[in-house]
Amino acid sequence: MAYSFPEEVLEYVFAFLSSDKDRNAVSLVCKSWYEIERWCRRRIFIGNCYAVSPQIVIRRFPEVSAVKIKGKPHFADFNLVPEGWGAYLYPWISAMARSYPWLEEIKLKRMVVTDESLELISKSFKNFKVLVLSSCEGFTTDGLASIAANCRNLRELDLKESEVEDLSGHWLSHFPDNFTSLVSLNMSCLGSEVSFSALERLVSRCPNLKTLRLNRAVPIEKLPSLLRRAPQLVEFGTGAYSAEIRTDIFSNLVEAFSGCKHLKSLSGFWDVVPAYLPAMYNVCSRITSLNLSYATVQSPDLVELISQCPNLKCLWVLDYIEDAGLKALSSYCKDLQELRVFPSDPYGAEPNVSLTEQGLVTVSAGCPKLQSVLYFCRQMSNAALIAIARNRPNLIRFRLCIIEPQAPDYLTLEPLDTGFGAIVEHCKQLRRLSLSGLLTDRVFEYIGTHAKKLEMLSIAFAGDSDLGLHYVLSGCESLRKLEIRDCPFGDKALLANAAKLETMRSLWMSSCSVSYGACKLLGQKMPRLNVEVIDERGPPDSRPETCPVEKLYVYRTVAGPRVDKPDFVWTMDEDAALRLS
Amino acid sequence: MAHENELNLKATELRLGLPGTDESEDMVSTAKNNKRASPESLEDSGSEANSAAKSGDHETSSASKTQIVGWPPVRSYRKNNLQSKKAESETGMYVKVSMDGAPYLRKVDLKVYNGYPELLVALENMFKLSIGEYSEREGYEGSEYAPAYEDKDGDLMLVGDVPWDMFMSSCKRLRIMRGSEAKGLGCAV
Repeated sequence: MAYSFPEEVLEYVFAFLSSDKDRNAVSLVCKSWYEIERWCRRRIFIGNCYAVSPQIVIRRFPEVSAVKIKGKPHFADFNLVPEGWGAYLYPWISAMARSYPWLEEIKLKRMVVTDESLELISKSFKNFKVLVLSSCEGFTTDGLASIAANCRNLRELDLKESEVEDLSGHWLSHFPDNFTSLVSLNMSCLGSEVSFSALERLVSRCPNLKTLRLNRAVPIEKLPSLLRRAPQLVEFGTGAYSAEIRTDIFSNLVEAFSGCKHLKSLSGFWDVVPAYLPAMYNVCSRITSLNLSYATVQSPDLVELISQCPNLKCLWVLDYIEDAGLKALSSYCKDLQELRVFPSDPYGAEPNVSLTEQGLVTVSAGCPKLQSVLYFCRQMSNAALIAIARNRPNLIRFRLCIIEPQAPDYLTLEPLDTGFGAIVEHCKQLRRLSLSGLLTDRVFEYIGTHAKKLEMLSIAFAGDSDLGLHYVLSGCESLRKLEIRDCPFGDKALLANAAKLETMRSLWMSSCSVSYGACKLLGQKMPRLNVEVIDERGPPDSRPETCPVEKLYVYRTVAGPRVDKPDFVWTMDEDAALRLS
Repeated sequence: MAHENELNLKATELRLGLPGTDESEDMVSTAKNNKRASPESLEDSGSEANSAAKSGDHETSSASKTQIVGWPPVRSYRKNNLQSKKAESETGMYVKVSMDGAPYLRKVDLKVYNGYPELLVALENMFKLSIGEYSEREGYEGSEYAPAYEDKDGDLMLVGDVPWDMFMSSCKRLRIMRGSEAKGLGCAV
């Protein structure tokens, strides 16, 4: 006798499932569960905009209120993906405008967003609430004006690190006078000055504003006026934090900051004048997140500030902090979970600051909760890496960038294989790893053997042969994203592990040794992969088959070869793929 | 007279580097356009776009860093934010200096000096004149020339009144005035 719950009950139960993994599992139980689940899934995450088409998504999930879409591969951040490659938002908006009139949230990363798209968003979704554009490009402040003017219920507008063509600051003034729903505004990436009085009035009339990240153009003298109107702020980003040293400016700031009893996160701090940092001291005890990565101040000033923040969980800072500052960090901030140290002079031939591997070792020893690291430095040793690994087996993200490519262990002149090997061996929960320095195939053997939870791996100027790539592809069970540049990896490992690629989101290989012939073969063998050859030298057909391609981007897809390719991208075995899809 | 000619020649001399630097120093241009991949992997990659620049490798001096595309992996908006600061510290803070009666202007790098005394000595040497002692009450009373500057607001101010750091950040250009004309600028009545 078959028992079954009424659909409504199942739907009610499924509503408690928020994780996509769980919902996907539920969909596989049986056809009726698949049907029920697809009608009640409200949030969609698309990790690769070309892995699926808007039509397929809409067909399966008819009632969606939130989408998150990622476009270009990560190495686009470092100018490795040529302009015009793709990741256009418009087709998605155009399709969703028709099918999801009640869409509330759009979160995008590395997509090309046009003013046209923004205008369409602002006019198509009556209850639109959240727009997050992370590392996007292609739009101007005019597009922002459409959003401001038309999205009556907007709660969040976050332009996180996007490249916006800044025509003027006038867009902010488009928020209507009766618009009061703003909760979060991040305009830190914009250059132009907005009308300050419009900003003041906006802040005044939005009582739920919790996040306000200003841009560099807002001067420090104007901050108190904003802070006084928004004492409920939880996250605040200053503009340029500098002025002539005047006691009235200082005392106004102190007073204004004191009024903000809920501040947890601070950022901004362009052009910092150190004398103004103490103005924040009386909020520091509550601060959990500090982004000082634009603050070009010296270590002692940084230490003074950090020593006031015992509850700090996340710190982004420039290498001006130096080893001494990191030592102080490790003694004051025992709750630290995430540390990012950026280079102040990435192209200088000589070190300009006294920041070495020692700083990171000290933090790893002193901060028991440290789990996420991004660290740029100029020297590293196996001993240091081993110490870090032993100190912090709870690391889940470890991204190390030794500035000089292929730099060996500076003490022994050996490759850093054993050091990184120790990292993957001890840090069993490691999900993300970026390698640098002199590395042989050995390190990949360690990674393949130990890094069973690794999801994302970034490799540059490393390895000796195909064996390196083979170790990774055959050993890393959880691997989803692999990005490689300037490594001697070629055809053999790739073809031998072709099936693995269908279990991953994507593979990027540039300036490696993969031949055009191998790419074609891969495309033929694996119809459910898009094997894209990116080559600005002209059609790969015009060169011998053995000639290595410039760049290769391979990703699984149910949408077939894409139709919006520029003239420097070729999908391998496109015809066969089209026939199958 | 001879000195005047020397000045002239110096000013029109063709050389690398910004005006104001010693003739012996050539500015080594950071090879920002010299893009190449690591030499070890280039043999395998055969990437023409990168190898085209390779020939330029050997010519660049060891002092400048040849740049690889996308390395180190720092996002451009971060680089831009720092670059403006760096450019400032590398190229100095040059302001024009005019002297009443002189046919052309000079430029000085304010960053080179630690304070007013050094700056005044440098100006005296540059224009072959004497400026004399500064006093808060009298300004440069009694000197043939007095140094003045135009600040951020466009006002003509007497050099020496404000702390050196404040002067550095507010001075837009210098003007060496005749002592007789400078009387009105002094703090004294």
